[in-house]
Amino acid sequence: MNTDTHAAHAHDHHHDDGHAHGTFSTYMLGFVLSVVLTAIPFWLVMSGTLPSKQITALVIMAFAVVQIVVHMIYFLHMSPKSENGWSMMALIFTIVMVVIALSGSLWVMNHLNSNMMPMHEMTGMK
Amino acid sequence: MTVAVNPTQTGEPVFYLADEHPHPEGHSTSLGFWIYLMSDCLIFAMLFAAFGVLGANYAAGPAPKDLFDLNLVAVNTSMLLLSSITYGFAMLTMQQNKIAQTQMWLLITGLFGVAFISIELTEFAHMIHEGATPQRSAFLSAFFTLVGTHGLHVSCGLIWLVTLMVQVWRFGLIEANRRRLMCLSMFWHFLDVVWIGVFTFVYLLGVLR
Repeated sequence: MNTDTHAAHAHDHHHDDGHAHGTFSTYMLGFVLSVVLTAIPFWLVMSGTLPSKQITALVIMAFAVVQIVVHMIYFLHMSPKSENGWSMMALIFTIVMVVIALSGSLWVMNHLNSNMMPMHEMTGMK
Repeated sequence: MTVAVNPTQTGEPVFYLADEHPHPEGHSTSLGFWIYLMSDCLIFAMLFAAFGVLGANYAAGPAPKDLFDLNLVAVNTSMLLLSSITYGFAMLTMQQNKIAQTQMWLLITGLFGVAFISIELTEFAHMIHEGATPQRSAFLSAFFTLVGTHGLHVSCGLIWLVTLMVQVWRFGLIEANRRRLMCLSMFWHFLDVVWIGVFTFVYLLGVLR
């Protein structure tokens, strides 16, 4: 009995934290959106519908970003209000770190690659 | 904290804030777990960065086009996506206190997870059989590290899932088990989010290259 009342109390309190629970319809909406957002990039790449590879690459990356947002909202129940905004703060901080690390690594390493001495010059200098 | 007294109980003047007020058990677990997931996200970001830098260094070995079967990846992706929605159903039935249904959805989620891991291991075995081992090129090292780390996470999630099913079976849907199931749900959906990055940047863009 004691555990029951404790559980009930804690559960009531849980809602005050602002941690959102999904409903059947939000889960289904998220699922349908994810299926569509997954199927289109696969179809684009496998059929080669778009004229250039660059456009296809940009489009499927855009789909990935949208799908990540969909998962965040409908499956992970992210909202600016959950945990009094602290989970959003942690998320924003992480996104900033990820963007700096990813773009920085790719940019620097790409520059190093293009500024590298060409192979044939290297072999000629032996 | 023994000196900190509750002023409303004793009525004596207190000139400091008693900083230790009662917290309901586990009230900060979900935020703490979220911060863990964010740090896990940084691990994956670094592995994605390594793959982004090394992904085109084939060392005259096999390229993504020779190795990846997009049909298989599509099947694998749908396994993970289906396991996400079935876990969602497990959470919904958990909120309605339906133990048997919760267990059933958890079991279905686990089966989809096992299917995902099996397909991935089959793919790895096939690649290694063709000589595309992690030692073959920088691209393959980065590929196996990134996709392998994700697969390892899913495997750990499966172990966790089975553990929680035993917990629910033995103790029912008590508050602690609800909290644990909620954490695993975040973990599971997070792995699905990482997989979006994997199938887009590793498989689709790799084949496109």
